[in-house]
This record gives sequence, C-alpha cells and structure tokens, in this order.
Amino acid sequence: MSEAIVELPERVPQSGIAAAPVAPGVERKGLTKKEIAADHPTWCPGCGDFSVLALYFKLIEKRKIWHENITTVAGIGCSSRFPYFVQAHGVHYIHGRALPFATGVSLSRPDLHVFVFGGDGDAFSIGGNHFNHTARKNVKMTYVVMDNWVYGLTKKQTSPTSPLGFKSKTDQWGAVDYPINPMKQAISAGATFVARTTSTNPNHVLAMMEAAMDHDGFGFIECLSECVEFYEGAFDAANPRKGGVFREVPKDHDVTDELSAYKLAGADFPGYFGIFYKNLKPTKNAKEAEIIKSYQGKVTGLKDWQILQKSFDRMK
Amino acid sequence: MSDTMATAPSPGGAPKVSSVNEAVIRIAGNSQDGIQAIGGFLARLAGRSEQEVMTFMTIPSTISGGPSIFQVRIGSGEVLTAGDEADVLLAFYQHSYEDHIGSLKKNGIVLYDTDHVEPKPEWQKDYHHVGIPISSLTIEAIGGTAKDKGKNIYALGLIARMFDLNVTRLEKLIAERFGGKDESIVKNALAAFHGGYSHNVSNLLETFRFSESQKREGHQVVMNGNEALGHGLIAAGIRFGAGYPITPWSDIMELLRRELPKYGGTFVQCEDEIASISMALGASYAGRLAVTGSSGPGISLKSEGISWAVMAEMPLIIVDVQRGGPSTGMPTSVEQSDLYIACFGGHGDAPRVVIAPANVEDCFYTAIEAVNIARKYNVPVLILSDQAIATRIEAFLEPNLEKVCQNISPDLSPVPDFKPYDLSTPDGIVPRVVPGTRVNSGKYPIATGLEHDEMGHPTASPKLHMQMTAKRRKKLQALAATLPVPKIYGPPEGNVLLVGWGSTRGPICEAVDRARAGGDSISSLHLRHLNPLPNGLDDIFSGFHHVFVVEMNDEGLYGQGQLATLLRGRYADARIRSISKTDGLTWKVKEILAAVKTKLSSNGEVVKAV
Repeated sequence: MSEAIVELPERVPQSGIAAAPVAPGVERKGLTKKEIAADHPTWCPGCGDFSVLALYFKLIEKRKIWHENITTVAGIGCSSRFPYFVQAHGVHYIHGRALPFATGVSLSRPDLHVFVFGGDGDAFSIGGNHFNHTARKNVKMTYVVMDNWVYGLTKKQTSPTSPLGFKSKTDQWGAVDYPINPMKQAISAGATFVARTTSTNPNHVLAMMEAAMDHDGFGFIECLSECVEFYEGAFDAANPRKGGVFREVPKDHDVTDELSAYKLAGADFPGYFGIFYKNLKPTKNAKEAEIIKSYQGKVTGLKDWQILQKSFDRMK
Repeated sequence: MSDTMATAPSPGGAPKVSSVNEAVIRIAGNSQDGIQAIGGFLARLAGRSEQEVMTFMTIPSTISGGPSIFQVRIGSGEVLTAGDEADVLLAFYQHSYEDHIGSLKKNGIVLYDTDHVEPKPEWQKDYHHVGIPISSLTIEAIGGTAKDKGKNIYALGLIARMFDLNVTRLEKLIAERFGGKDESIVKNALAAFHGGYSHNVSNLLETFRFSESQKREGHQVVMNGNEALGHGLIAAGIRFGAGYPITPWSDIMELLRRELPKYGGTFVQCEDEIASISMALGASYAGRLAVTGSSGPGISLKSEGISWAVMAEMPLIIVDVQRGGPSTGMPTSVEQSDLYIACFGGHGDAPRVVIAPANVEDCFYTAIEAVNIARKYNVPVLILSDQAIATRIEAFLEPNLEKVCQNISPDLSPVPDFKPYDLSTPDGIVPRVVPGTRVNSGKYPIATGLEHDEMGHPTASPKLHMQMTAKRRKKLQALAATLPVPKIYGPPEGNVLLVGWGSTRGPICEAVDRARAGGDSISSLHLRHLNPLPNGLDDIFSGFHHVFVVEMNDEGLYGQGQLATLLRGRYADARIRSISKTDGLTWKVKEILAAVKTKLSSNGEVVKAV
C-alpha cells in the first residue's frame, strides 16, 4: 500500500454545478452602477478606457446581470486593470494569457458569462497565438480589445498595432514593422463574431457589447480607445467631434460573407464601425457537451467509482 | 533465477523441470515487432496469478523502428526492480543478440531467431544457446503469408512452454487484446501462440515452474505509472485538464481526454504549454480543480503560470513526467533532473508543493493526495514522476474505488462575506469561494498576480507584501507539520543511510537487502514529499555515520545532486553526500552498491556485499 495520505475532503460539496440559489419570494432588483463599481480606475484622466468601463456597467444594469453570474478576466496592460474596477468575481491574470484562462472558466462553468478585457499588446503580441486558437475553437465568451496602438503601462513602446512611422521609445525614428489589422486577424482565425467600435461613441460601444454577449460563440470587439498620454489624437479621424468621420458598416453588408468582411477590414483608417462578420457554428462548449453526453450515455446509472471500476476490471 | 530447486529429470529425455521463485526475461528486437505486447501479456498474466511483476523498457526516440527492449521480472515474492541481469534473453536480430548478451546472467539462456541471428562461437561456453527459426515457424504456424507479423506471439508461446505458464489465462488475454478486431486476427494470434507453445525445443535442457505465490487478499491490477496517475486523478475527482503533447507525458493527456467525458469532464488539447496551464488555472479558479502536465521543456514554459498560481493562491495539479534534459535532451530516457525546477522554477518567492511517487501503485494514491493538498492549501502541487515509472508496468492490489473516489464539485451556496486573502488565520489557509457564489456583503473577490490586500486589490504597501509573502509560506509550513516522517527501510541506526526519491525506491531497497544479507550495515529512507520536506529527517540522519542521497541527476558544480543539495541546504550536515548518475537508465542494484563502496573506501571502509 502506498504511503500517500489519502483523506476525504472535509465538506461534502453540492453535486453538479448550479446557479446560486436565491431566497424564494425575494425579488432581486437590478444592480445599480454604485453596486457594480469597485476601485476607482487608475487610468489617466481622459483615457478612452473609462468609457468602455462605464458601458460595461451600463450593460450589466440594462441586462440585469448579477455579480455572481459574470466573471471578468484580464491579462496585463493599462486596460487589463479592468477587473479591479468591477464589483464582481474577477481575475487579473498574466500577460497575454487571459484567453486560455477564460476558456478554462467558460468550458467548466456554463452558468457563467465570461468577459475578457485587454489591450492590443495582450491580444496581438504576447498573446497572439492564443487569440487565433480561442477564435478557431469558438469558445463562448466576449472579448473586448481596447486598442490604443501603443504600450501605455510601460510608457510608450511600439505596439503590434502601431502604424508605420509611429515614434516610440523603442522606435525613435518611427515604427518600421507593419502593423497587425485586428479585424483581418480575427476573421482569418475563424472568430464567429467580429465587430469594431470606438470609445468615443458610447451608444455604439454598448450596442456592440450587447450583440457580442448575445452571440453564442467567441465574440470579438476591437474598441479604439485613445491613450491621451502616449498617443494623443490617434483616433481623431474616427471622431466627428474632432472633425473625423464615424462611418458605420454599410447597411447592405452581408455579415455572413467572410470575403466582404475581409474587404471592409482592409479600408483605410478610420475604416468602418459595426459588425463585420457573424456566423453561428457550434461552439467548443457545445461540442464538448455533446461528447460528454454521448459517453455518459454508455455509463447511465453508474456512479463515478463504478465507471472507474469498469476500467480497472479491464486491467486485471 | 533465484532459489532454483532442481527436481528429478523427467523420463524419456524430456527437459527437467525446476521450480523458481522469480525470473527476469529480456526481449530484444525492434520497436515495431510488438515486443512490448509480449511483455504486457506476461505482466498481466503475473497480475492475474497473484505474482509480483515489474517491467522495464527502452524505446528509440525515432518515429518508427529502431532497437527496443522489454524486460519483465516476475516473482512469487516481492519484486522491487526489473532486475539487474536477465535469466533468459530472447533475441530477434543480430543486434539484439550482440547488444544484450551482456545483460544475460552467466549460464543464462539465450533464445534466438536462427532466421536472423548468427550465434558467436566464443559465447557458447558462457551462455546456453537455444536457436529456433522463429520467423519462418511463425509464417508456417499462421499459414502461408510471407510476413513474419505475429512472431512476438509465437515467442510468447515459447516462453509459456519454457516457464509452464497458464495457457488458458494467456489464451484469454490474447483473445481480449485482439478481440473486437477482425476475427482472423485473434485466430492468427492463437495459431502463432500454439505454434510456439507446441514447438519441440530439442536442446532445451530445462524448463521452469514458478513456485506458488502467497495468496493475497483481493485482486491485482496491472498497469504502468502513467495509467495509474491518470486514473488516480479521476478517482481524486479531477474533471478538467489541459495539456500539450510531449513524451512521456502525452499518455496521461490521451487517457484523460478519452476517459473524462464518461465522468462529465473535459480535457483540452491546447495550442501550447502556456495556454495549457492557463486554461487549467481558469478551470481551477472556476471551482473545478484542474490538471495540466508536461515533461521537462514544457514545465519551464509553464513556470510563469506556476508563480501566478502561488500568488493568486490557486489550487492546481501539475504533472511533470521527467526525462533526460536539459532542452529536448533524451526524450525516452529517465532522469531526475527536474527537482530544482519543480521546487523553485519560476520567479519571485513562490513556494509550492512537490510530491514524487515511488512506484506505480503510489502514482495512483499520490494523485489523490496531491488533489487534497491543492484544495486544502490553495496552492499548485507538482507531481514529479519520471520516464521509468511512467512506462514500467507493475501489478498492485486493486484500490477500494468506492472508498477512495471523491466528488470535489464546488459549493456555490451564498456566503455572508469573503476575503480571498484573509490575513487573520494563523496558518494562512483560507477556503476558496468560487465564481457563481453570491456574496451577500456585495464585495467580490479578485484573483490576482499583483501583490494585493485581503480582497485581492493591488497594493504597493511594504507591510502587506511582507505579510502576504509570509502567508504564502506559512501555509506550506503548516502542511510540512502534518507530513508523516518517512519510515526507515532497515534498522534505524547503522553505518550507511541511503536516501532516495521518486522511482528509485525499488533498486535502493533491493541494494539494502543485498548489502544486509552480505553483512553490511545499510538502511534506506525514501522521500515522497520533496517540497516542503517532512520535519524530523535530521533525527533520522543522526542515527547513521554516512548519508548518501541516491538520484539520477548530475553531481552539479559543487559535487552534490539536486536532492542532496536541498538536504544539505536545510540541515547544513556535511555527512550528506551524493551518489548520482546521468546515463539515462534506471539504477541497477549493483551500481548503487559499487558507488557506496567507492564512497566508503575513501574513508578506508569496506562494503562486504560488493
């Protein structure tokens, strides 16, 4: 016999996973902004991220989401401080890996809605490959990338979305590497919901967040969010109040047409805003649930130890 | 073959039958010959016959083909290792014959395929040669195909005859193994087996019969370490895992991917090692304690995640099936050179738990223990297995599954309030509350990698960093206090204490047995808990003049292997010295004794058993 200490857990857990019970007869009122807000954001005054946070609160209020039914996940970066500012279960994970972390939450807890917030460095540089794979696996979650075209937290280095010629501390003469186009990246990686918005148009941000949340699959939003400290005016061309143009995706655009979505994504800045691409195909969550269902069908009525016993019987 | 008792030769010139307690059979061929299958049959048969068994195999790291061996030691008594030397060598090719004759005992039997092997006259004197045209007889037995596929099963028949093995049980095992496929496959396999079994070996002077083994309570199960670990995780209640393929860890992820859906669980193959630990941490965070794993190189990629798990106080199981390193190293060889990365890999002060299973059975129970420690202390737990234990097959008493299987689903009942990093508990242990749980105070926890206050919000307070660092350490100190002091193998006082960890327990114990039988004063101590170490080891060490730490890694820049360095660091005891090696092979009993002899001779002492 092994010398391992094998002790049974102290408290007997509930079987299965269910939403938290609510006392019968007690009608819960929707959460107020005050109840949803936690720490005051550490962002610089004027940062575009404030608007995204405010609209996340609005979404929670409007859609009557409870604290315990959402999880807010982020990696590292200015925008990734997000979960600290939300009064709900949240995670501040390591740089670039918020998506696989969120996948673990999404796949193991179908009762939770998972929101991931992050920046362009997290999404397209250190976490670039995770972006591709989470998109192709079509894991159910909402991912908002607050794209500011610069590394802000580390004080002005070139980002994977910095345009050519952008002068930063790591490209004193101007950026030389061709930038990533987030929309093209998302479409070609197989994301099933791809939208673009800008923090200076609050109603549009909220509409995109709602649509992404309602999408059964991996919902990706690129939200332009200006860094007033290190890339001031980057998105003025998309802001009518600064003399720019906010151009919505043409009414006749077919969101299920991948090629025309790709063409929209190739438009010169400021480009288009709205839903570029949307396609309903089975999520990884649904596919895994299907596998579980078919395997569990073969062991109906057996307790877990009895299923294991069957495996052990084959090893005698 | 130990304890050979010759019986009277049978009349009519038939070979005499000898009773044996145990036998070591080495099968040498190429990796595609199915020699692992023969070994697997023998191991499974031993398990069903209440015998002990241990196997050892080498496989080439090439994609297909290349020389490969499978050694199986079957015994009616306790079997601790796969055996230093073989009693019987079965050689399929010239290279098998030439490369492995050295592993055969003097006067041992070499059974070779005359279709491929040209025996050497100079070896006839030392080894009993039995030549059989195995390849052509297999073709004949199966009936006409020009391929020699099935010669492994023919050879199994020969071995069955030689050791008077239970034919009915073997037939059943063959039918089980090949059943479900084309019916002709079972038919051919049985034809090959009976061809071998009924072959009249003209110059075989002796056949053997295993003595009755002591009847034990209950059934035995037969599996390798990776299977035991994978099933142990399932028994422990693990229902989510994520990984990336790497040898020799891949078997565990394949097993979990295949088995978990039956239990309502999922295993995800990720894009890389970092995604794997991240996804597993996501599931753990969400209340489903998860497993990730890898081998050497993959563990280094996971180290940022391990440090986060320590900081965020997140439970997680990480399996490291060690192989030869550094870098890609020797993927199919064994080494214990990941102890440092397991204990310290990562950045910052990041204490975590490291446990190493000592044999195949222990892999099963270690998985359960690791899960319970991770849950109680909210800490990542590394299970440090290795290539040898992962691939070797052992028979062990079937666990009481009804008793050991656990349900570890999360409790989502609302709580009045919750501080994830509460500093008020003396041992630093705070039970987790997972997402989906309503907190009636309206204040919700953040799991974080930034240094934080009790709610998980960022802080740069020097005082809090000191308090939280101490909290993360104190949890493991509390764990250490609960760890049992390992039992000494042999008397508690004497001249030499051998200290081992992980898969080396068998050869170390056998070395102690052999040395003590020869009149030497040697005991051994085996450590399963490597970080934290159990308390009280210094008291044990004080009973011996010499403490030699036996491990499979390099002696390092300062002359000590990895565990030896840890023990010297903790106890500042200069008597602790290192016996280590880096040949990528498991310890042989005689190698350990020879190393002890060398160490002692520098003190003018002798070892009688060598």
